[in-house]
Amino acid sequence: MSTPFYVSPQQAMADRAEYARKGIARGRSLVVIQYADGIVFVGENPSRALHKFSEIYDRIGFAAAGKYNEYENLRIGGVRYADLRGYTYDRDDVTARGLANVYAQTLGTIFSSAAEKPYEVELVVAEVGDTPEGDQIYRLPHDGSIVDEHGSVAVGGNAELISNYLDQRHQEGMTLAEALKLAVQALSRESNGTQRDIPAERLEVAVLDRTRPQQRKFKRIVGRQLSRLLDADGSATATTDDASDEEPSEEE
Amino acid sequence: MDFLSDHQPDMLPGKRQLPAVQGVIEAPHGTTIVAVTFPGGVVLAGDRRATMGNVIAQRDIEKVFPADEYSAVGIAGTAGLAVEMVKLFQLELEHFEKVEGAQLSLEGKANRLSTMIRSNLGMAMQGLAVVPLFAGFDVDRDRGRIFSYDVTGGRSEEHGFAATGSGSIFARGAMKKLYRDDLNEAEATTLVVQALYDAADDDSATGGPDVARRIYPIVTVITDDGFRRLTDEESSEIARSILARRLEQPDGPRAALL
Repeated sequence: MSTPFYVSPQQAMADRAEYARKGIARGRSLVVIQYADGIVFVGENPSRALHKFSEIYDRIGFAAAGKYNEYENLRIGGVRYADLRGYTYDRDDVTARGLANVYAQTLGTIFSSAAEKPYEVELVVAEVGDTPEGDQIYRLPHDGSIVDEHGSVAVGGNAELISNYLDQRHQEGMTLAEALKLAVQALSRESNGTQRDIPAERLEVAVLDRTRPQQRKFKRIVGRQLSRLLDADGSATATTDDASDEEPSEEE
Repeated sequence: MDFLSDHQPDMLPGKRQLPAVQGVIEAPHGTTIVAVTFPGGVVLAGDRRATMGNVIAQRDIEKVFPADEYSAVGIAGTAGLAVEMVKLFQLELEHFEKVEGAQLSLEGKANRLSTMIRSNLGMAMQGLAVVPLFAGFDVDRDRGRIFSYDVTGGRSEEHGFAATGSGSIFARGAMKKLYRDDLNEAEATTLVVQALYDAADDDSATGGPDVARRIYPIVTVITDDGFRRLTDEESSEIARSILARRLEQPDGPRAALL
């Protein structure tokens, strides 16, 4: 019988973290930015069927970078958690903090369990409040820690570069068009310092808009509405609901 | 719902153990719900009374609920169970939409409600029946549709108009004489309030417009713009204009004899 090699716990954890980080870095980056009326999610996503962003509950959105099947699994788990909680208690009792805790537990357990490979995902859970001060953004790295973020956050491949860029330029009270433009500029920066163009059809954009009259604040921005926002000069104020009925949004 | 039955089966209405009872349980009952289709949508409305035996249990109960963006449920029968059933139905539609990224078809929603009513059969046999009326805008076929149910979950699509609850016989009679297939939205909303007035006129368990307390029927409209509930001002406007006409003609508008 062969004796297994001894691997120190530090080394084992470092290897697992390295493995997960490499998996996440292969995925495209995405950013989540606060603006005056809510929170906007922007990412590069060539697929129109596999979403990086989605609705969890009335005020809570979900964004993920990394391996699709793994974060889809977590997303469905989150929707179940939120719906069950909202049905058992009340819709107001579903919070991003609670959800982030559940995700942290799940990711942490998987990360430290020797039987499973760590998930190659990095999540963002965001909740829009009644005022910008009430907004909450949590970043959940692969190891199950929670980072409370303000203003802007980037995850995925060039996350560090992008979040530095965003931190320098993000201001409070930006309009949706301004925030969207900043996000696209940030996403189009390459690690070697060059810029590349991301056409509108490769962008996936969604908002949690606190001004939406409906209870459910999550909305995808697609088609003409997106190109209008990208073309608008920064001073134009844009609401997400104007003329949105013409757009084939997912809810319809 | 499948997840709920695996995870927390005690949360499902149909899964509860019933205590053995003698006679009929006294619980608040909802009464009349009416629905009318018109080109471009459907109107669903309900009166505001809940009764418990011969007592009025509640004067301002709400019995019409949005199920999702394009459909609504009106409930008749045991109020407590019906409200819970609607809550679970809303949850299920929303859950499906979020997980799958697409809405259920209107037929799919109607079938799902049918299953939920059937799971309540045990309670229905003990006198706690729930008989909803489901109306929605079918975005694929571009028209409003109505589905009615019986206590065993039997589902049937109604064309034109439908009613459920204790006052439904009278409401249906009124709608039969007033309905045309070229109504517009304003006419359709007036028609349902007329029908509810007639139901309240002849059925003691159905409440008419209560001018003194400012309690008026709940009227909802579903079109391709989605679900909209008429504001209190709008529905009171309709009810008051009908009331004014009925002061002259207590039995309401006359239909042609031939």
